[in-house]
Amino acid sequence: MIEVKELYKKFGKNEVLKGIDLSIERGGIFSVLGPNGSGKTTLIKCILGMVLQDSGNISIDGKPLKNNFKYRNEIDYLPQIANFPGNLKVSELIAMIKDLRDSKATKDEELIELFKLQPFLNKKLANLSGGTKQKVNLVLAFMFDSPLLILDEPTNGLDPISHLRLKNLINSEKEKGKTILITSHILSFVEEISDEIVFLLEGKIYFKGSISELKKKTDQPDFEHAIASILSASYA
Amino acid sequence: MLKILKYSFYDLMRSRWSYVYFLFYLLLGVVLLFLNNDLSKAVITLMNVIIILVPLIGTIFGVMYYYNSREFTELLLAQPVKRSSIFLGQYFGVATSLSMSLVIGLGMPFIFYGIFNSSAIWDFSLLLITGAFLTFIFTALAFVIALSNENRIKGFGYAILLWLFMAVIYDGIFLMSLLYFEEYPLDKFSLLATMLNPIDLSRVMILLKLDISALLGYTGAVFQKFFGTSFGLLLSSAMLIVWVLVPTFFIWRIAKQKDF
Repeated sequence: MIEVKELYKKFGKNEVLKGIDLSIERGGIFSVLGPNGSGKTTLIKCILGMVLQDSGNISIDGKPLKNNFKYRNEIDYLPQIANFPGNLKVSELIAMIKDLRDSKATKDEELIELFKLQPFLNKKLANLSGGTKQKVNLVLAFMFDSPLLILDEPTNGLDPISHLRLKNLINSEKEKGKTILITSHILSFVEEISDEIVFLLEGKIYFKGSISELKKKTDQPDFEHAIASILSASYA
Repeated sequence: MLKILKYSFYDLMRSRWSYVYFLFYLLLGVVLLFLNNDLSKAVITLMNVIIILVPLIGTIFGVMYYYNSREFTELLLAQPVKRSSIFLGQYFGVATSLSMSLVIGLGMPFIFYGIFNSSAIWDFSLLLITGAFLTFIFTALAFVIALSNENRIKGFGYAILLWLFMAVIYDGIFLMSLLYFEEYPLDKFSLLATMLNPIDLSRVMILLKLDISALLGYTGAVFQKFFGTSFGLLLSSAMLIVWVLVPTFFIWRIAKQKDF
């Protein structure tokens, strides 16, 4: 599905990605983990074409991304910070994104129902709380039926019930055979939902595999300690 | 691009500031026309206001809009939309809505005043067209500055400096150099210097049309002598178009290479 080869990127003098090779197969939930500044968001943004790589290749379904923007029709993206033009109403924003994507099949109504957003539909986005904005953000990301879903910190600001609903939503999307890429710092969430994890460390892929393999590799009984042991080994 | 333009425009049309800006011009037009009763004087006063204020508002609005919609721009970047369409769409959205506030705000009182039956209609239309051009020029420059500066404070600073330079400092330097080099023939120099500043260019253009030699100043006089009124007008409009196109090209180029 996603094929990343020899990806390098630096911002000024700061080398963020130092030769990433990654291939992600179709179907399943992949979590990208790593300490702050390890290049998770940069990697995701490279895949989305928001950050332009210095060298290396990325292709999705065999098609290279360079000078191509149509491929983003196949990707749903949930950005980390939800901030929208303040003067638009929620319903207008949803209509606008639909309009931009020329997509017919959407399930925005279902999602609005799921996250109980009906009372907010006619409110201006500037007047919404952070958590509600995140829910709108989720609706925008999930309403299309694209084969690839990229979620950057999806649990930000959500209350426990919405958190639970989100988890169910992610699982049901997975059952449809979609590929889902998640970054998160909440390890319990990652452990619960992901099939495979990709651990980035200092711009390189340190580990890719299932959680049980990670535990075996680090010789730790649980996921949290396994992650901690990688981090302490690298900082030591 | 048209879709992005449409939505940026919608967003701005709902913003309080567009109305404040619109009402300001409405008030200005009403006051100048109905309390003054001299159309050509009103046009001159308006010219002075437009030439200073329009670039300032264009610059500030452009920078503000870009920085405020950053996160939203990121959302758009993840959609199947071309990069250049996003930024050009936003730019035209801002510039169009600002120009509309100007044109409608000033146009309405003049229509009520009976501009259509007056000989000043062309002077007045030229004034509005120049105002619209200045809006497009300075909004584009503001976008270029904002796109090249991640830091908001810096971006704002440079934008204000640009305005200050074009509106005030440029003229000062220009005059000083005229005084300093007075022994030399300065026609070509002053022509060039006027072309390189859209604010000066607009002023000369309006004054050429109004045909008020007393206000033309040195450059205006040179302009008139050199090109004659109609060719001068043509040339200065062409320069204004170049002034819109060049920054727009830079918006396109910077947007294409930028990381978000």
